[in-house]
Amino acid sequence: MEIELRHIHKYFGPVHANDDITLTIPSGSIQGLLGENGAGKSTLMKILSGYLRPDAGEIRINGSPIEMHSPADAIRFGIGMLHQDPMDFPPMRVLDNFMVGYPEGLLLPREEARQALLDLSAQFGFSLDPDAYVESLTVGERQQLEIVRLLWLGAQVLIFDEPTTGISAQQKEKLFAALHRLADEGKTIIFVTHKLEEVEILCDQVAVLRAGKLVGEAKPPYDLDALVEMMFGKVVTKGERVSAPLGKPVLQLKNLAVESHRIRIAGVNLEVREGEVIGLAGMEGSGQRQLLRACAGLIRPVEGEIWVDGHNLTGKPYHDFMRHGVAYVPAARLEEGLVPNLTLLEHMILADEQRGLIIDRQAALDLTKERIKTFNIRGRPHSTIESLSGGNQQRALLALLRPGLRLLLMEHPTRGLDMESAIWVWQTLKRRCREEKTAIFFMSSDLEEILHYSDRILVFFSGQVSEPIPATETDIEQLGQLIGGRGFNTPEEATP
Amino acid sequence: MKPRWENLAFATAAVFVALAFTSLVLVTAGASPFEAYWYMLKGSLGSWSKISDVLVAWVPLLLATAGLLITFAAGLWNIGVEGQIVLGGIFTTWVLRLLQDSTLSPAFILILAIAAGALGGALWAALAGVLKVFGGVNEIFGGLGLDFVAVALTLWLIFGPWKRPGIGSMSGTEPFPKELWLPTIPGSRLSLWALFIGLVSIAIVYFLLSGTYFGLKLKAVGKNPRAAYLLGIPTTRYLMMAFVLSGLFAGLAGAVQVTAVYHRLIPAISSGYGWLGLMVSMLINFQPAWAAPVTFFFAALNIGSIQLPIVLKLDSSLSGVLQGALVLSFLLMGGVRQRWLKKHQQEASDD
Repeated sequence: MEIELRHIHKYFGPVHANDDITLTIPSGSIQGLLGENGAGKSTLMKILSGYLRPDAGEIRINGSPIEMHSPADAIRFGIGMLHQDPMDFPPMRVLDNFMVGYPEGLLLPREEARQALLDLSAQFGFSLDPDAYVESLTVGERQQLEIVRLLWLGAQVLIFDEPTTGISAQQKEKLFAALHRLADEGKTIIFVTHKLEEVEILCDQVAVLRAGKLVGEAKPPYDLDALVEMMFGKVVTKGERVSAPLGKPVLQLKNLAVESHRIRIAGVNLEVREGEVIGLAGMEGSGQRQLLRACAGLIRPVEGEIWVDGHNLTGKPYHDFMRHGVAYVPAARLEEGLVPNLTLLEHMILADEQRGLIIDRQAALDLTKERIKTFNIRGRPHSTIESLSGGNQQRALLALLRPGLRLLLMEHPTRGLDMESAIWVWQTLKRRCREEKTAIFFMSSDLEEILHYSDRILVFFSGQVSEPIPATETDIEQLGQLIGGRGFNTPEEATP
Repeated sequence: MKPRWENLAFATAAVFVALAFTSLVLVTAGASPFEAYWYMLKGSLGSWSKISDVLVAWVPLLLATAGLLITFAAGLWNIGVEGQIVLGGIFTTWVLRLLQDSTLSPAFILILAIAAGALGGALWAALAGVLKVFGGVNEIFGGLGLDFVAVALTLWLIFGPWKRPGIGSMSGTEPFPKELWLPTIPGSRLSLWALFIGLVSIAIVYFLLSGTYFGLKLKAVGKNPRAAYLLGIPTTRYLMMAFVLSGLFAGLAGAVQVTAVYHRLIPAISSGYGWLGLMVSMLINFQPAWAAPVTFFFAALNIGSIQLPIVLKLDSSLSGVLQGALVLSFLLMGGVRQRWLKKHQQEASDD
């Protein structure tokens, strides 16, 4: 099906999220939609999938205009969308999720659905267990479920909103193979991303959005520099690798073992020194998060010892770690990092050292204004935290960190940020390493980020941890192989 | 339109919806709404003695609401507030009974008894807190259970160990000697001491929630316990403190009921002020600044409806109908206002 978007406008309050966008997407191809955070990509796709209604403009399918009031309407027209965060029902089984949204009849065709689920999964090489609970699935598997569900409902146009965030390299490979196959079958694929390399290897053509406007279209072979310029308006580079001089040990892990219900990591020995940055690489769910949480006292290790600045903190709660200058920055900003409904000002007061019992509002306001300026947060002291955009929430999270930290533990410090913001975040982090001798321990699924900013790298493979690898002595290829399990001396490797 | 005017407009609309609904109920019952409202007004504010009666009812309602605002700030539904009022009454009665024949000065005994009431409420709330924080029992279920236990405990005491000489009765325990009554204004049932306790309590709660680190941290725990913990707030301790403080104010309400109003323990010592406090909290959207006026209004409705059965042959529960209708219509208008704002903003940006 050929999709035409004509003069689409969408406003959110004062923000002109889509500004006169006109775009034609031919059938049987993979259309890339590129842009930095907040460029209006998700908004446009939510309009196309019936989730939002445009304030002006028209959508045409094969030349005739259509009117949609809900995602259910959209799927009747054959348009289905995979949202950035899977919109499924974690406490329900895979098969039940698969059948949710089935439009007709009172009785559910369970057996027919089960067969369809298995057939479709087999076609794409997905291994989905119809009776498993969705909450036990990885993000990648939930995505696969959503793909087969939409296909079963008859989707001819599939929209993928940042589908490679949070899935493993293998799942990504499978996903891309599935996308090519779908396009070959004549389906229309729209692929929303802010990653250039994905556009390069996947898309038959790409449209670039910036600040709500369609600023350009391109076909392969792509001129990456030109695309970057379209996205940002100017060329950005990550800059030179910088390292802070290393001081005395801050964190010592001695034969540490951590267990959670899914994974066990054991025998970790590591010394992290002042000013050092250690990156944790690996597929999502390989144990990086468990190790990070253990180093903050959020998970109690089952074996071994954790020393911070010469104090044995093994088994102590997180608040004891905090007193020794440890801070933890979670990836789930609104779930774990920030308090919805409270303002920026209130967050600053909470994060700052308590002086007396009564809050000095004026001093807090001054501090907040200063932080807003330093951290370049687009928001006012009295803005509630959830009213800020994702990038600004991330900046706020960083602005909450007290000065003079000894050890900073971070999950995905730049997830969901555009390249410019990510570079800025790392500049401030590196400044802490240099000026305050803070050590940083972070996990990321972006290998380039790990390679570029770490001094040493630990690679995780299903609960096993590599020796620390100096970042200057390795490259993406080697890391990729390690993440895939090659190079680990393990019984698992011996079995084919 | 300015937000202030908007708020006022929506609040007025809510009041009208509630009045319209109540009037409909009255008309269905064959009564004249205007007459009923007029008698309610006269019965609550018509004379100094009526006003003093309203103030007598106002104090325990204000205390219960003050306590509830703390637990609501921490994101907790302290349904156990009724039981906490009851336990306040029981502890106060207990201390008065123990000391009424002693040689201590009456003033000192009263202070001890009121403090004991606060302690009783706090302990009962702490129990709900322990169940919630350490036992994983939702505070609504735990509190509801403890409410029933508290009422059963009162009945057992009144008909058992503390029964009147001769035979126990629903009229309660033997009244205390007059020296152990909180002094009242001559010619009325109003105790200025009780009024003082009520006003100071709501002032403390207002200040606690708006100006202190404690209040802000409590709010953070209430809105996102995980983030609050990562920000360094000891969440379990704050949840427990919220319960204990809330129970303390509820216990004071019970103590005031015993020392200033009934001068003995009666089966219905809480008089439903806990439930009413929950309604007020919802009505004022948990904003402490509105607690005093709105609880006064609710107390006035309660007192004003007392004479309805006599003059209009209507049941005095009409005040409950009006109070309930008010809460519902305010919640409804809150929703309407949200939608209206959204639309309004969009239209404004289209210009």
